[in-house]
Amino acid sequence: MQKYTASNRPGSPQSRGALSIRNVSKVYDPEGVNVMAVDHCSMEIAPGEVCMIVGPSGCGKTTLLNAIAGFHSITTGEIRLDGELLCGPGKPLADQGADRIVVFQQGALFPWKTLAENVAYGPMVQGVLSKRRAIEKARDMLAEAGLGDFGDKYPGEVSSGMARRAEIVRALINNPRVLLLDEPYRAMDALTKAIMHEALLEMYDRTKVTIFFITHDLEEAIFLGDRVYVLTTRPCSLKKVVDVKIPRPRNYEVLTSEQFRLLVEETKDAVHEEAIKAFQLGERELA
Amino acid sequence: MAGVAQVSHSVVRASSRRSLLRKTLDNSEFWRGIVAIIVFLCLWELGARSKQLFGYALPYVGLLPAPSEVVVAWSKVLTKPGYWESWYQSFKRVLLGFLAAQVIGIPFGLMLAVNRYFREIFFPPFEVLRPIPPLAWVPASLIFWPTNEMSIAFVTFLGAFFTIVINVLGGARTIDVRYLRAAQSMGASQWHLFWRIILPGTLPSIFTGAAVGMGITWEVVVAAEMISGGGTQGSGGLGFFIWNSYMGGSLPQIVVGMISIGIAGYLSSSAIRWLGNRVMPWRHLF
Repeated sequence: MQKYTASNRPGSPQSRGALSIRNVSKVYDPEGVNVMAVDHCSMEIAPGEVCMIVGPSGCGKTTLLNAIAGFHSITTGEIRLDGELLCGPGKPLADQGADRIVVFQQGALFPWKTLAENVAYGPMVQGVLSKRRAIEKARDMLAEAGLGDFGDKYPGEVSSGMARRAEIVRALINNPRVLLLDEPYRAMDALTKAIMHEALLEMYDRTKVTIFFITHDLEEAIFLGDRVYVLTTRPCSLKKVVDVKIPRPRNYEVLTSEQFRLLVEETKDAVHEEAIKAFQLGERELA
Repeated sequence: MAGVAQVSHSVVRASSRRSLLRKTLDNSEFWRGIVAIIVFLCLWELGARSKQLFGYALPYVGLLPAPSEVVVAWSKVLTKPGYWESWYQSFKRVLLGFLAAQVIGIPFGLMLAVNRYFREIFFPPFEVLRPIPPLAWVPASLIFWPTNEMSIAFVTFLGAFFTIVINVLGGARTIDVRYLRAAQSMGASQWHLFWRIILPGTLPSIFTGAAVGMGITWEVVVAAEMISGGGTQGSGGLGFFIWNSYMGGSLPQIVVGMISIGIAGYLSSSAIRWLGNRVMPWRHLF
């Protein structure tokens, strides 16, 4: 198993991070009852694209993310990153690697490490940098993200917003080709969320890393994304792609523009339709 | 400049220490605790002296030695080397059994947690042995081990061992899968995963197990000392000290022994708490 490290990274930042999902299906088989979570789902995500995945709860978005990250296998189809096969026929489970890093919904900073130690973790365990150099670099990157004063704090000592920001820094220090975010701001209030969005956009403008971002929040999706992929209810497949042609860098004035309002409307119809289907499906399952 | 910084630093430290004392003195919770203990002691004193004060001995309480008598009995034994020898002996046995239980129990629990085959082989017999109370092992171990001392140490060891293993196993098995996934996706090897994720993630449970195990060790050591008994000059430990006082009919001295064990247990668990805070600085916040 070849481990991806900073030293054997292919391509320049602009040409890396093309993610292609082709005809991917996933069937769960708990106790002999086949449950189809993903049904022939295809997406082509360009290098450096901010790709926002929107769909009803339980539709299989996270299943897709888990397949890319290598946490779960797929049943059919294939997923390629920059042309390299991650998983596909004969290799249902992708290797886990530092080229695809997940930022989890509830946050997964190690509570027993300080923020700087957390950020330094990747380069350190990969043996790319010595511990001292890794910590130095971690401090620099935390400072860039506006967390310079918090390197010596433990995750339990900082706000959830700061912790989440540090977690994204911890992902970016590995120079990943894709950043996988699974509803990272779900539990946050609107004001904190707004700050998190600005911070993320700022980090994105600096790194131009491909972002695969799962969310329920339409406005979040349109504000952050280059394209919004609306998924159908379970089993999930692609329903609609909305191109967001709002120029970057974006700021909060965008939210009140006519262009933004039209995009929300365009997306909302598709999402609403699927949400109703999901709701009825849920009712039938319970009955 | 450096000198100034040094001075101001030490001033800050001193003032923070003083403010800790201040805080304690200003804390109403602290004073409630003190008052509660004093009231308790007064009631006990009154109850114990009810016969001579009211001419009528209150039921149960009237039979107890008064706290003042206990203090007198204590001041008498304080100067006797036998009393301190009892402390030393009991502490030695507790530490021996407890440390042996940690040294064997923590790796055993971790192995159970991380290796499926190990778990499938060793967990069932472990679960059968676990419900047997440590004191039920006393007769068998008296026969099995060549010396009394070794039997007591063995039984104390058993008292802590099962609790420690169960805590370590539970702690290691409930580490959030997100931490493992995050570490693996950042390129952690199995070695790293164990030392940097599973072990620190299990530390809180290790210390919970240690605190509970320490309590059980004291329970067991005292009972084992009473049963196996014997020895001169306090080599029987605090358990035998109490038993001996009972045989000698000295009620106040029994209470002295009991309170001594209370203090010893408190000191032991404080030590564990102190160590826990040292080893897990992030846990202050929880």
